[in-house]
Amino acid sequence: MATQDRRNTSGSASEVEEEIPEPGPAAPAAQDSTQTQGVDDLLDEIDGVLESNAEEFVRGFVQKGGQ
Amino acid sequence: MIGTGGRGTGPEDTLPRVGEGISVHRVMGTETEYGIIAPALPSANPTLLSSQVVNAYAATLREGLGNLAGTRWDYTDETPLTDARGFRMDRAAAHPSQLTDESAELTAEQIALERGEPVDAAVLMNLVLNNGARLYVDHAHPEYSSPEVTNPLDAVLWDRAGDHVAVTAMQRIGTMPGFSPVILYKNNTDSKSVSYGAHENYLVPRSVPFTKLAEALIPFFVSRQIICGAGRVGLGPLNQAPGFQVSQRADFFENEIGLETTVRRPIINTRDEPHAVAEKYRRLHVIIGDANLNEVSNYLKVGTTSLVLSLIEQGLAPVPVLADPVEALRTISHDPTLRATVRLTDGRDLTGLDLQELYCEAVLAALPTDADEQTRDVVDRWQSLLATLRRDPMDAARQVDWIAKLKVLEAYRARDGLAWTDPRLALIDLQYADLRPEKGIYQRLARRNDVDLLVSPADVARAAVEPPRDTRAYFRGRCIAEYPAAVVGASWDSLIFELAGERRLQRVQTREPLRGTAALTAELFDVAADAEDFLARLLSGPDRRVAP
Repeated sequence: MATQDRRNTSGSASEVEEEIPEPGPAAPAAQDSTQTQGVDDLLDEIDGVLESNAEEFVRGFVQKGGQ
Repeated sequence: MIGTGGRGTGPEDTLPRVGEGISVHRVMGTETEYGIIAPALPSANPTLLSSQVVNAYAATLREGLGNLAGTRWDYTDETPLTDARGFRMDRAAAHPSQLTDESAELTAEQIALERGEPVDAAVLMNLVLNNGARLYVDHAHPEYSSPEVTNPLDAVLWDRAGDHVAVTAMQRIGTMPGFSPVILYKNNTDSKSVSYGAHENYLVPRSVPFTKLAEALIPFFVSRQIICGAGRVGLGPLNQAPGFQVSQRADFFENEIGLETTVRRPIINTRDEPHAVAEKYRRLHVIIGDANLNEVSNYLKVGTTSLVLSLIEQGLAPVPVLADPVEALRTISHDPTLRATVRLTDGRDLTGLDLQELYCEAVLAALPTDADEQTRDVVDRWQSLLATLRRDPMDAARQVDWIAKLKVLEAYRARDGLAWTDPRLALIDLQYADLRPEKGIYQRLARRNDVDLLVSPADVARAAVEPPRDTRAYFRGRCIAEYPAAVVGASWDSLIFELAGERRLQRVQTREPLRGTAALTAELFDVAADAEDFLARLLSGPDRRVAP
């Protein structure tokens, strides 16, 4: 179960190297570009939902005391 | 998806062995105080906003999602000033926020007045839910206290059920004419000096001396943040210095041991309010944790803590005594590379990872060969996560909140060349915890399959309306579901019935957390004709042996 959870669909280079013995020289490069693409997609997605005025929004998040 | 352990269904063998053996199973529960704002009403009273959350959820229940009862919380057994070290704090010496056995800062009547409504308008400050949980206004935050469960996976499930309740209430407010939308956050600070809690509760045998608990738990709690911290942009309670740290809460702790939860916060909280048979049990109230969105972080937070408690109960816990625990808590939090060391009184300098490995190794050494499935799963995940953190912390973004958050922040910094003082990074920190499905960054990561999940959305939705079957929460939840008109009050260890035509209220004590289970009481609920018949059978009839 733990092994299953470590499977990382976005994949880091080091894990790919462990799972595929003797990778061809093209494999890590392809992985890198997939990963970069994944990060770009993620940032694009977050850009689309971030509150528009960051400074004002963060300043407005004021809480009263809690435990 | 994993099972909750291979226990049978008979009344005796369903009892998790508290204080026996090395296991994750024990009675536990979580509490979440949600951050709350109404962006269009910057000066809105937070107690008022919090009461809107409670009342909006009540409105969804009235519309058929479940029954609604027990709106009065029974404070009779609450003793927030009783100290586990054996003394009681003077009420006059207590900070007003410690007096949790009195109602919240604004009463329902005051809120009705503030809204310009008649004083007798039904404003709810407290709800006991069908799933056995409590949803209420705690000072300036809405709080969900989960029902009692017996294992970490169920703790995750009923904690997530609280988030489901919060989202349901938030969405409901958004549809109510005349109400300004509110946003709820599952985080622990506004980075402007204020922190609010995500507490855990664990049942431990009273026979374990409190000093033994404290000495072994302090180094564990100081280092636990590396596997379950939620991450924070900014250093210091007032955000005095730029940077990123592992924990939301670390900068708000000033003491090693103490009774307070809102001021001078201690690493070990000594509130001795067992909500159970006080001669047998202690409820360890843990206030140092961060609120987790990542389910694996949450699972390991409660799972490893339960394991360390079982080590302490067996006299097998390591006690690496820290020279300065409060300083060590900050040192570990302020170093996301996990290389910073903290000093022990024996002169050794250890990292947070070293400390966690000490505890994990002690568990492995003591683990019985026939350990149950969930105990084994927690230990495997803990061991493998520590190995990943040792190799490269950034490889654990699927399992750990602070790492997932840091990865997003670092990607923004790399793409846009942002300094840690850039407000966009503070916004990402905040919005990571935004519970709105479309806006929350954690919610987005989960939908993209960028994080590991343990429970399904369908299970979470069910847990929001159904109690766990193996604790007294079953009895509480089912009483409220079956007899909403008759149950006029509830607390962790009692239910108050008012029967039609009877002047006297009937109080049913539920002081044994492992009674009142489905195995003991389901049949009684099924055969009882009504509340009166139910109480008669429970308290005097042939079914007395199942009474909680």
